[in-house]
Amino acid sequence: MRYTRRARQEMIVALFFLIPSLLGFAIFYIIPFIGSIGTSFQSSAGGFTLDQYGEVFGSSSFRNAAGNTIWFTGISVPLIVALSLLIAMWLNQKVYVRNALRTAYVLPLVVPVASIVLLWQITFDWNGALNSILSYFGLDRIDWMKTNWSGTIVILMYIWKNLGYNVILFLAGLQNIPTSYYETADLEGAGKVRQFFGITLIYLIPTTFLVILMSILNSFKVFRETYLLSGDYPHERIYFLQHYMNNMFVSLDMEKLSAAAVIMAIGILAIVGILFQVERRFRSFME
Amino acid sequence: MRNLRLPRVIPLLRMFMLASLALIIVMPILLTVINSFMTEHEINANYASLGQTSMNTWVTLKLIPDWVSFYQYFELLFKTPDYLHMFWNSIWLVVPIIIGQLVCASLAAFAFAKLNFPGRDPLFFIYLITLMMPFQVTLVPNYMMVDQLGLLNHTGSIILPGIFAPFGVFLLRQFMLNIPSGYMEAAKIDGASTIRIFLQIIIPMVRPGIAALVVLLFADYWNMVEQPLIFLQDAALQPLSLFLSTIQKGAFGVSFAASTLYMIPMVLLFLYAEPHFVEGIEMSGIKG
Repeated sequence: MRYTRRARQEMIVALFFLIPSLLGFAIFYIIPFIGSIGTSFQSSAGGFTLDQYGEVFGSSSFRNAAGNTIWFTGISVPLIVALSLLIAMWLNQKVYVRNALRTAYVLPLVVPVASIVLLWQITFDWNGALNSILSYFGLDRIDWMKTNWSGTIVILMYIWKNLGYNVILFLAGLQNIPTSYYETADLEGAGKVRQFFGITLIYLIPTTFLVILMSILNSFKVFRETYLLSGDYPHERIYFLQHYMNNMFVSLDMEKLSAAAVIMAIGILAIVGILFQVERRFRSFME
Repeated sequence: MRNLRLPRVIPLLRMFMLASLALIIVMPILLTVINSFMTEHEINANYASLGQTSMNTWVTLKLIPDWVSFYQYFELLFKTPDYLHMFWNSIWLVVPIIIGQLVCASLAAFAFAKLNFPGRDPLFFIYLITLMMPFQVTLVPNYMMVDQLGLLNHTGSIILPGIFAPFGVFLLRQFMLNIPSGYMEAAKIDGASTIRIFLQIIIPMVRPGIAALVVLLFADYWNMVEQPLIFLQDAALQPLSLFLSTIQKGAFGVSFAASTLYMIPMVLLFLYAEPHFVEGIEMSGIKG
């Protein structure tokens, strides 16, 4: 009896702490999201329909945008994960001015996109700095932002901005591997390559999955660069799902917008679910 | 002989690669700052060909201005009221979000990390899932509610969803989980109420977490584009993070100074609180 009273008391206290956040979170996120799931199935007459989903999947701009987003994530995420792992491993050695180097890699993360787009514009313009270098070497110039090259440029801008984030995560992961493992391996005569695959990579598996997850989530933010550089309708190579959603807000078709948001949410959940499943497999495989 | 030399070359080579990469990464930021000290005349001369299609002249990127001048800053601060106005817009959006989220999130994080109540873990799971959703998903429910409340085209449409965004709850919970329960138990035995434990034990101990949250939130919201783009149609309300590119189209001469001035508060805060920033990112990595 005493225990339940204490438990109930703790519940009331917990509720007191929870209320401000939970109330706002429910009002601005959860309740309207449940509402928009409802809206997404609602026909104009008020009944149940799948029309919105049909329309979204049927529209060529949605399919283009989804394809581009998958293309972008599929290329940029492996690239940034590999590159940041390499840099973190180098930084984890005895390196002169290590902290200054890390600061340099992380700096782009805190520079507002709006402050840097001007320089991207100057670099990738038809008459820009990059083309001027090309012409110096006698090469033809390329219209970077108005051809399929724009995809490559956005990948570069994404890596530039997010590299430091991943380096921080990998460095923390590397520092959690006890040095005694490497010492033992040295004594047993294992080479650097074997140590990399046998120790470093294996103990970094949880970190790597986290870095992959964060890289995917951060990849959606390249909308900022592409939007500030190229506006609502950029070159078709870099017309992403984010543009599609943004442009639907302009037309304010709430039923279709809701359907698209639900599709996108399910997509993210699927990716996250698969990642966690694969990680669990990996872990049980390691043990 | 070979064995002696090789280990010396590799660290040097590695150092060279790391340093060049750092230079490449910092260069765009550095160039923006350098350009902000050029005169309008020099800027116009360097970038005259920008945006032209059929010209055979190139833009000129200079590492050292012909003439170091504060002309752009003077123009910007005393003759371009738009700029200062939007700068304040940014501040009045970001500061309330940070303060509000700090208060709500620290309370809720405490409940999630240190108190028992039914449904705690499923509820936290919902926070976690929402955290992973990109803006393009969360903006839809945000929009529906903001529209209902009549807050469209009002700064509240950005501040309120910002205050209740789940990141702060997640991050502070991570920090609070690291506090040994022994502290709480001891205080409880001494007869301290839960509120006193929260205010006098948990909050002081979680100070690094609060610092980390402030820096990370500032970095994120100082850079906001998606929310004002949809919620604030009225250009006079928009923050510089969105409006800067519009200003730049009008007056190329001061745009580098505008870019530089907008990044300075965030860069200074980062350089000052870098350990907290780094710790915040590391902590958001450890899964709960």
